[in-house]
Parts: sequence; structure tokens; C-alpha cells
Amino acid sequence: MSKQRIIVVGNGMVGHRFIENLVDSPSADSLDVITFSEEPRLAYDRVQLSAYFSGSTADDLALTSEGYYQENGVNYVLNDKVVSINKSKKYVVTASGREEKYDKLILATGSYPFVPPIPGKDQDHCLVYRTIEDLEAITHSAETSKVGVVVGGGLLGLEAASALTNLGLETHVVEFAPRLMAVQLDEGGGKLLRRKIEDLGLTVHTEKNTQEIVAGENCRYRMNFADGSFLETDMVLFSAGIRPQDELAREFDLKMGERGGIVINNQCQTSDENIYAIGECALWDGRIFGLVAPGYTMAKVAVSHITGGTEEFTGADMSTKLKLLGVDVASIGDAHGNTPGAQSYVYTDEVNEVYKRLVVSEDNTRLLGAVLVGDVEVYGNLLQFKLNDMALPDNPEALIAPSVGDAPVMGMDALPDAAQICSCYDVSKGAICSAVQNGCTDVGAVKTETSAATGCGGCAAMVKQVVDSELASLGIEVNNNLCEHFDYSRQELADIIRIKGITTFDELLSEYGTGLGCEICKPTAGSILASYGNEYILKKEHIGLQDTNDIYLGNMQKDGTYSVVPRVPGGEITPEKLIVLGEVAKEYDLYTKVTGGQRIDLFGAQLHELPDIWRQLIDAGFETGHAYGKSLRTVKSCVGSTWCRYGVQDSLSMTIAIEDRYKGLRSPHKVKMAVSGCTRECAEAQSKDVGIIATENGWNLYVCGNGGMRPRHADLFATDLDDETLIKYIDRFFMFYIRTADRLQRTSVWLENLEGGLDYLKEVIIDDKLGICGELESEMTKVIGTYQCEWKTTIEDPEKLKRFSHFINADEPDSNLAFVKTRGQRRPATEEEKITAIEVVE
Amino acid sequence: MSTAISTEWVSICPVEDLLANTGLCALHEGEQVAIYKINPCEEYSQNFLYAISNYDPIGKANVLSRGILGNIGNHLVVASPLYKQHFDLFSGECLEDPEHRVKTYEVRCFNDEIQLKKSAQ
Repeated sequence: MSKQRIIVVGNGMVGHRFIENLVDSPSADSLDVITFSEEPRLAYDRVQLSAYFSGSTADDLALTSEGYYQENGVNYVLNDKVVSINKSKKYVVTASGREEKYDKLILATGSYPFVPPIPGKDQDHCLVYRTIEDLEAITHSAETSKVGVVVGGGLLGLEAASALTNLGLETHVVEFAPRLMAVQLDEGGGKLLRRKIEDLGLTVHTEKNTQEIVAGENCRYRMNFADGSFLETDMVLFSAGIRPQDELAREFDLKMGERGGIVINNQCQTSDENIYAIGECALWDGRIFGLVAPGYTMAKVAVSHITGGTEEFTGADMSTKLKLLGVDVASIGDAHGNTPGAQSYVYTDEVNEVYKRLVVSEDNTRLLGAVLVGDVEVYGNLLQFKLNDMALPDNPEALIAPSVGDAPVMGMDALPDAAQICSCYDVSKGAICSAVQNGCTDVGAVKTETSAATGCGGCAAMVKQVVDSELASLGIEVNNNLCEHFDYSRQELADIIRIKGITTFDELLSEYGTGLGCEICKPTAGSILASYGNEYILKKEHIGLQDTNDIYLGNMQKDGTYSVVPRVPGGEITPEKLIVLGEVAKEYDLYTKVTGGQRIDLFGAQLHELPDIWRQLIDAGFETGHAYGKSLRTVKSCVGSTWCRYGVQDSLSMTIAIEDRYKGLRSPHKVKMAVSGCTRECAEAQSKDVGIIATENGWNLYVCGNGGMRPRHADLFATDLDDETLIKYIDRFFMFYIRTADRLQRTSVWLENLEGGLDYLKEVIIDDKLGICGELESEMTKVIGTYQCEWKTTIEDPEKLKRFSHFINADEPDSNLAFVKTRGQRRPATEEEKITAIEVVE
Repeated sequence: MSTAISTEWVSICPVEDLLANTGLCALHEGEQVAIYKINPCEEYSQNFLYAISNYDPIGKANVLSRGILGNIGNHLVVASPLYKQHFDLFSGECLEDPEHRVKTYEVRCFNDEIQLKKSAQ
């Protein structure tokens, strides 16, 4: 049977989501998919577009990759626009003349920015805000501009204003309506939002109708308004709403709405049953949905219909919550109280700049809408009342009143299973509950399993409530005790050790624990003691705490031999030192391999050989690489501006400085860093716990990335930092991680479980919300000041060296060891090879 | 029991060579023996020296002397440094996988020396 051919026109967020859903569907194998985009790149996150101005790159915004499409057999054509449709013969033609047949055609052409027909609107520095190319043009224009005006005070307009502010322009917002975000906010909310935005240095002009844009006197342009006033500016950014990108459908006679939009039915089919329209180009029940979530729902419905499912699109909730210029704003349902008989509760706090309004039904039992500005914490709860048409409590005002004592919380039990918790990934309460039932016992695991809270993150608090409630109802006690010896979590033990100044495990155990300890609590305590006290880990009080690798300062391999990894900061090594490594490896017949962390690993060293090997290495100027520790491993680097034609900063010097600074730092798990000398990112810094990428103006700091088992792209934490601030933030970041992470929790998982997420982390590290940054810095200073090369200390102490022999009472090596040569080097013999004993060396 | 006949026991090393809460490995009658010193504790034992085979039957390597000591419930144990299974220091039994049981040895401290008992001839 030949495959069904599906063509997707447009590769924006919704078009891409359609493809993802299709690839994941059981019928994927019987489908042949091709997508066309007029843009030069695959789908990216337009919702996060303003992040481009705070340092994110086009790659950061990407929602997918060519690799993903290739792996899943999806054909894609960029820079080529579909220009004609032959409905009867079912094929399309592109601008470049390419013809492709289809069985089903999906129009996901999105929308374009509406530019009002104002004389003078087509000048060079009159721009729009929609694509990455638009952003590049804005950045370019900003280089020669001082003042910028955004036309449009809606949601997108304020986003654009935020972008201009980030570019350092004196920013004005010009709005036709009497208030900002007129669609979503009522008068009270709009007024407060305006006040907050003006506090930030922006100027808001409402009820202004732009008549023309002419040459200015002090600036490039002058905007003349209908009321006779005017404004001078160097750049004009139009953000006055969107219009469906429907010309293709219009030209080829699909049924259109009177004011544009491709008419679709509940299955997302257009007037031609083989053509579907989804996203902002589609008109359902006379409405265009200008948010991404309804577009995603349409994508799902269209896939369902094509693959024989029965899902329908029945409208979408347009409630929204976002942070504009740092101001939290949310709007739910009928925000204006237009429903007949609607009543309101309003709470205003001018001191803390908070405004909340509840719109309730005439009988005071149902929530119709809400407006929240300045404090949107209750958004998730309120939204559930609205979406599920749940009965309000007897005193609805308590939902928005400032909490005195215990705030009223909506019991998660009251929510139906079908209630949608995560709108980005359409995850229901039921899906989260079943993930919990299937063994996900924390928010991090639920996120991985269901994707909930991994889109915009707005539902994170709600997800946690559902998880907690489900755990409670399953009778699962959330117990984060470290082990049977301590009724404390790692975080609590770290607090105890730090605050009480505890210096030994025995002291900790006798005061806070029971029994003798075990292989869980001993290394955990050993690590915390090292993070705060930083004593020699083989000191007699600490030696019994050290895990397999730490106790002999080497990584134990499967046969009980060790690997030796000296530190090679930044991977920079002199030929002389390289020769020493080669000579040592040769002398002890060590298997030699270059590691992923830009250093050299020597395998197969026996206990009694370790001190001699390290003596030679230390004499040659090496020091321990801590490859055995839950501690800083390496700082990976490119050569940066020292050699590279493209480098913009000296990444190598920075790498060596920070590797030297943080070497030996013991932490809840290993930590890895990298520094790239330019945005090409050759050091792969975004896959590290701490990644640093050079910019023209300094350094961008990324945190909590991970390669390995569950890769995670690091989050952009701060941009264009100078050296000093960069180091200060990293100091604080590491010590906060050490203070609060669970045992063996990498920074990536730690962040995912951190309540408040990245924003909270920024508040702690950058704004010093908790007032602990001074402490964190002095803790780090202590660790740096007490660094020692553990191998140097060891080889200088004859008592310590006694332990480095296989037998205490004989000089013989371990008779069970056997090696086999493979590709010119030896490796441990397998059990079979040991028995047959053929070709075994030694 | 100072009447013990010295020829029944073999001295291995001075007791101070073995740090508290760690192990070491001795070659005894051709076998590898892991010897441990723990802090004596009424709840678990009056003894402070223990000896079991050094061979980890699961990881198949001579490494048990290098594991972390502790207790799991009532069992005094060493955790294998390879894959962390617990071996009972009294019985040699693997708690996770009782079909694996390692040999145990008699060990004592005599005249400040660690001694292992010779096997019956």
C-alpha cells in the first residue's frame, strides 16, 4: 500500500506541533510528510521572541532541528513558499517551481503583523516584530537610534517595548485605546500596569491615533497624532495586532471569513475536505485564536482526524498569564464583566502595586473571569474554577484577598481528571496522577514523563499541587530522609553541618543520627564536610566516609584497578607534559584514552602503583584532576580569541582561571563547566552545569545544562557580564547548589525541582532575595583558600602510603588480574578469557 | 584468653596500620582476606575486627576490603565498592542476593597485632 502523502505549508510553532503529533501517532509509518517554510530556518519559539534581546540566540529559540526531521523521515524545504494549490488534482507549486502531490494538505501559515495604513509607514526604520529576521532588523536599526516607539499597547506591543528597552532605547508605547492591553485587562488593571511600566522608565501614550510619519527635527521621524500632538523618534515598531496569513487560501477559493481567516469545521477541515487549516490562519466559529495553545489543540485535532480519530476542536480558552517587562499580568475569561448580571470583587493594593478582580456569575457561584496584575499566584487555581465550571467557595473574595495565616487553597481533589493543567503540552490532571501512580514521586520525574510544565512553565505550581495531592491520596509519604541512619534530607544535613559547625561524621551521627552509618550517608556527609571544611579527605576522621573512588583517589574500574587522570586545565598541555604522560603510561603499561573533558585518562593502575605514578606526574608539574570526586571535573574550552579567527574573548585564560578557582570543590554530584570564545559554541557550554559563552561585551552565563543520560540545554542566566560579576555569580550559584541540592542530584534536576525555577534562582543569585549571597561568597572563599592537591599530600605522608598496596602483609599484586591486548593496548580480560588463559599478558 | 596457642594464629600487621572504619587486604594461606576495623558499639557488637573473603562474587574482583562499612538494620555490613551490594560481616551473606555468601575468617587483636586464625589442618 502506498503511503498517504501529507504536505504542511508553514513551519511555525503550530505547523511543527502538527508534525510532532503526526510522528508520534501510531500511523506514522504509513504517512509521508513534507513541510515548506518561507523562512530560512525550522520552527522556533515565537512566544519567547523577546529573549533574543536578552542574549538567547536563534538556536536557543529553536523548537526542533534538522536532525529530528531527518531521523523521523520528515522532508523539509526551507526558503521556499507554496504559491499555488491545485485542489482537483491535489498538488501544490512552490515559488521555486517545485510541484508536490498531496493526499492531505495542511495550511499552517500563521499570521502577519497588521500595519495600519499610515502615510510614511514604509520607511527604513519602520519595522514589525514577528520573525527572527525582524529582530535582526530591529537590532540593526537600534545601532543608529536613540528613541524607539512601539505602536500598539497590547500584549505583543509590550513585548516589543521590552525588546527596545533591552536594546537601550528610550522607549515609548503609543496606544489607540484608552488603556494598555485593552482586550485582556479592565480599567483598574490597565491603570496599574501603566503605572508599573512607567516606573521602569517607559513612556505610555494612550488614546493616540497616528496620522502620519514625517521627517523629524531632533530624531529621524516625527509622528503626528490626530489630537494635534506629536512625538519624535528614530524607529517605529508596529505591533498593532495580527492578521491571518490567508492569501493562498483566498486565491485558490477556499471559504474565507468576511474579515479574513480560513473557515474550518470542528475537525479543522476547510471547505475542501482534503485541506485543513490550523493555528492563526484558521477561523473557527467566526474567531481567530491568536495564542499558541489553541493552535496546538487544532494541530492535535487535525492529526486525529487524518489518522482516523474522533477528536474535535470546540473552541479554546483565551486566558493568559505572562510577565511583561518584569510585571506579572494575567487575564481569565470575561475580564470585563460583560456577561449579563456579572458581579465583581476587586482588590487593590497601591502600596505593593497589586490589582486583582474576580468576575462572578449573578448568583455568585461560578467564576466568569479575572484580572490579575502584580501578583498572579492564584491564576492557576482561578483558571481551573473557570475551565471546569466548578462551584466557588462561599466566600469567593478569599481567593484574591491577601493571605492572612493559611490562605484558602483549592483542593486538587475537587478537580475532575479531565482538567487541563498544562496547556502547552495538553496534560490533564488525570495524566499527572497516573504518572504518579506509575512511580513518578517528584515533580522532576513527572515533568520528564508527561512534559507538563516544560513549556512556558506557568503551570509548575499547579503540577506540584497535583503531585503532592496524588501522593497523599495514594498514602505515599513523601520521605526524603537520606537513609535509615538520618531522619534528614541531604539539604537538612548540609544546614546542620554548616550552622552547627560540625566537623566530623562521628559528631553528626551521635547528635543527629542512629546506628553506624552506611554507604549512603557516609559519602554524603563526607562531601558536605568537604564543601564547608575542606579538610584532607583521607584524614583519619574522614577516610571511612569516602566512596569507592575517593578513598584511593582514583576511579575504580571493573577489575579493581584504577584510572589516573591528572588535571589539564582547559585541555591546554605543553609537549613536555604530554611526553611525561606518555612515558608514565608506557612504564606502567596503562591503557591510554583522551576523555570528553579534554584530558587524558590512564587505565589499569594497581593500588601499589598509584603513588609512584603520581610522584612522577607531580614532579612534572601535574596535580590531581579530581576525576574520582563528586566535585568539579573539567572546564572545557575552545582556543578563543588567542587563535581562532572568530573568537571575541580569551576563552582559554578564562577557562584556566575558573578551573583553578573551583578545582577540588566537593558538591552533591560532579559538576562540569565549559567556556566558548564566541557564539559558535565549540566548547559545548550549553550542555554543562555552568556554561560561559563570550559575547562582544563580556560573557553570557548559562546554568544547569547536562549531557549524559538525560540531556538538558542550559538556561541563559545572565548576559554580557564582566569577569568579576561572572565569577561572583558562579561562586554564589555553586554554593547555593551545594546548600540545597539532594544527594547525587545534578544541577539540571535540581533546577527542575527548585520551586520557582529559573526566575527564583535569578532572584537568589542576582538580586540576593534571601540575603545569603555574602555567606555564599565567603563559603566559596574558604574552599578556594584551603585547596590542596590530595595526591601531593598523600605521597608526602608515609603512613598514608601504607594503604596503597594490594596486601598489607605481602608485596605481591592481585593474582586475579589479567589483561588482554586490543588495538595495541591492554584491557581487563573477560571471565571467559581468564579461564581459557589464551593470549593473556602477564 | 591469653592462653591461646600462638601457633594457631598468624600475625598480619600492627593493629594501628588499620584505620578505624576502613578495611585492608591480607594474604593468608594463599587466600585474599578483607579485614575491617569498626568502632565497637553495644548495639551491634563488642568486637571491632572482622574478616571475610576479599573476593566480590558479584563484581568478580578482589575489592571487598575497599568498601564502606556500616549497618543495615541489625546487620553489620560492608558495601561492595563495585556495585554496592551489602555483605554481612558475621555470616558473609549478601543481603541483596543471599545465594552469594563469602567465606568468613576468625580474626583477633593480640599484642597490638592483627591476627588471622590458621585453618584446621
